[in-house]
Amino acid sequence: MNENLFTSFITPMMLGLPLVTLIILFPSLLFPSSNRLINNRLISLQQWALQLMSKQMMSIHNTKGQTWTLMLMSLILFIGSTNLLGLLPHSFTPTTQLSMNLGMAIPLWAGAVITGFRNKTKASLAHFLPQGTPTPLIPMLVIIETISLFIQPMALAVRLTANITAGHLLIHLIGGATLALTSISPTTALITFIILILLTILEFAVAMIQAYVFTLLVSLYLHDNT
Amino acid sequence: MASVVPLKEKKLLEVKLGELPSWILMRDFTPSGIAGAFQRGYYRYYNKYVNVKKGSIAGLSMVLAAYVFLNYCRSYKELSESLLDCFASGGVSPDRVGLVHRLI
Repeated sequence: MNENLFTSFITPMMLGLPLVTLIILFPSLLFPSSNRLINNRLISLQQWALQLMSKQMMSIHNTKGQTWTLMLMSLILFIGSTNLLGLLPHSFTPTTQLSMNLGMAIPLWAGAVITGFRNKTKASLAHFLPQGTPTPLIPMLVIIETISLFIQPMALAVRLTANITAGHLLIHLIGGATLALTSISPTTALITFIILILLTILEFAVAMIQAYVFTLLVSLYLHDNT
Repeated sequence: MASVVPLKEKKLLEVKLGELPSWILMRDFTPSGIAGAFQRGYYRYYNKYVNVKKGSIAGLSMVLAAYVFLNYCRSYKELSESLLDCFASGGVSPDRVGLVHRLI
């Protein structure tokens, strides 16, 4: 059962050359740069979406936090486009690899936390103890808050990996089940096919939501620290 | 003919069949030459299908279709091997043989 199912998650190499680099760079082809005031439809659509996202996400930050706009907008575009491209048949999704998501989560989280510690040391340290805790509980609570701080990048990375991988696996399994059932009982196969359609719609939503959640959480960590 | 165009500057469709090998050998295969070729190809596609006043979904869809096709070519070997296993075990993928036997 196992080998057949997970072959789509193996890092693609061709003759020993890392093809995965090209696959990771491919979404950049779909976002052309603009030279003019009035652009073609593709660029205009992307600019509209980008403005919507940046207004919605960066309005809560102060001036210092808003310097991160470029980083966060490119992050949400990258994760969103990579996840959506992974829903095409036979394609490889880089965000299913934990290594890549850790590579995105840890530097961003660390950047936000270190910025907070450097610029607002007292306030950052104060986050380790919520207001109004009873005195006997303080040592334990500081330990718990430290653990919860250090688990943030892990949770960011694992959340994205698990969601996308689980979605792809479900599509594989239910698709395989539909095929196997067509020869046994066409009615059940039809029901399974409808489930597959609904699942695909869900996966489109999940692809975009996960990008949003990742970026939102990074921006929240940033807000705490600027 | 009033002037003879040197072989190097001719476009592909103007090259005669007998001159083809020497034309190919004269192309610029340096890294910057290959990069230039990719850039020219990209801008040819972009300016024809995307950077127009009323671009449609076709410009983007052709790129995605080519992406799907290239990924299929990349994973052809594994797919054909798993199809062989499937036909060997009677029309069901080998990991589901037990499930189908239990259902029947």
